[in-house]
Amino acid sequence: MYPSRFAYDAPSSLEEAIAILDAGGGEAKILAGGQSLIPMLKLRFAAPERLVDINSLPGLDYHRVDPDGTLRIGALCRHEDLEFSDKLDAFPTLAQAAALVADPIVRTRGTFVGSVCHADPQGDWAATMIALDGSIVAQGPNGRREIPMSDFVLGPFVNALAYNEIAVEAVIPAAKGTARGGYLKLERRVGDFATASVAVALDMDGDTVRRAGCALAGVGGRTIDANDAISVLVGKTLTDENIAAAAQAVAAAAEPRTDHRGSADYKRHIVETFVSRILTNISRSEQKAA
Amino acid sequence: MTSLYDEVSPAPAADVPTKRVTINVNGEARTVDVEPRLLLAHLLRQGLKLTGTHTGCDTTSCGTCTVLFDGRPVKSCTMLAVQADGHEVETVEGMSSASELHPVQEGFKQEHGLQCGYCTPGMMLAAKALLERNPDPTEDEVRWALSGNLCRCTGYQNIVKSVLWAAQKMRGQNPEA
Repeated sequence: MYPSRFAYDAPSSLEEAIAILDAGGGEAKILAGGQSLIPMLKLRFAAPERLVDINSLPGLDYHRVDPDGTLRIGALCRHEDLEFSDKLDAFPTLAQAAALVADPIVRTRGTFVGSVCHADPQGDWAATMIALDGSIVAQGPNGRREIPMSDFVLGPFVNALAYNEIAVEAVIPAAKGTARGGYLKLERRVGDFATASVAVALDMDGDTVRRAGCALAGVGGRTIDANDAISVLVGKTLTDENIAAAAQAVAAAAEPRTDHRGSADYKRHIVETFVSRILTNISRSEQKAA
Repeated sequence: MTSLYDEVSPAPAADVPTKRVTINVNGEARTVDVEPRLLLAHLLRQGLKLTGTHTGCDTTSCGTCTVLFDGRPVKSCTMLAVQADGHEVETVEGMSSASELHPVQEGFKQEHGLQCGYCTPGMMLAAKALLERNPDPTEDEVRWALSGNLCRCTGYQNIVKSVLWAAQKMRGQNPEA
């Protein structure tokens, strides 16, 4: 398979890239890691007139933690940069998800920000971003704006970027208190789309939950925002009873469909099990630390 | 005879816009004119006649087209040739010298790490990249690093043994001991 014809630019500055997008009037598309876009071009699901390859843009391959604890991930930070990072101690949800994205070879090339922009309902990073209340920084001809994750994904494969904007950075706020969390994914084999995956992020004050975030992938036509469902934990401790209630509430928020990966009931059951497992692990590690 | 892949020729007709790229392939600078939509795997196989890089699934799943791009493994069916401009690409042809196999290749020979051989180039390059980062991997770490490469013959057992054999050899130990 091979893509249909397109024009290709590899600009060396962000301003130049934005100018090309602007001139393209919506017919130009950004190419970052390409691990979703190139397969889509080959299948002819996508046929843009022009590709703007941002891989030569300097200074976008970073991920760093600011003095106030905010994590910033540049547009060319690859999945494996996060998998092998030593900067994610305060972001356990991301650290656990990093090793589960696609397969090891795709992870050398694909990017965090690109994956979020791709807005695949099966995407791992979009789920973590929703659970962690992250946002995307977009840069266009008129400067920068920050778009909260809740407004960024408009639907399957649709994001809130204007045609002449580039997502330059993902921003994940520091936990208020101690960061706890996890990411679990069930897949038939490495690299397959998830049967179900669950992202959980908690801000803890001692053994009390101060904030709880949760999102699901693979169990709906979009990434499921389960932040409301898991908020039953706020102000509470992680007792078996509270964990069970939260797991049930999150499972009720899932919108799974029966397909070749499993029945809707099975997928809902997996969600409940995963939420319970992540919360129980957190609870046990808290007890050990105490 | 034309193959499917000849339809996007590495040397397209005069009316198709091309870009001149210079890619360091196995230590040698190669300058070619490519149409932007040409995939790296097809340039390697059809344009440069380096047919050791196989194409299997063509959907970013199987990993047999794995090559090293600036030292890291990538699926060459999921990269444009034009993106390799100014970069280094290593294929299975670049692993051995004229007289000597790479320890990973030797490991696959010693431990019978292949049957039909179709996945082997990708396996060996993924393994080489692993051992450069982690010279003393556990069996689990080897399995993890190769989880993006599919083999339908071996059941993986001997592939894992081959990589562990190579790791020992590269650490200066005797794998036969």
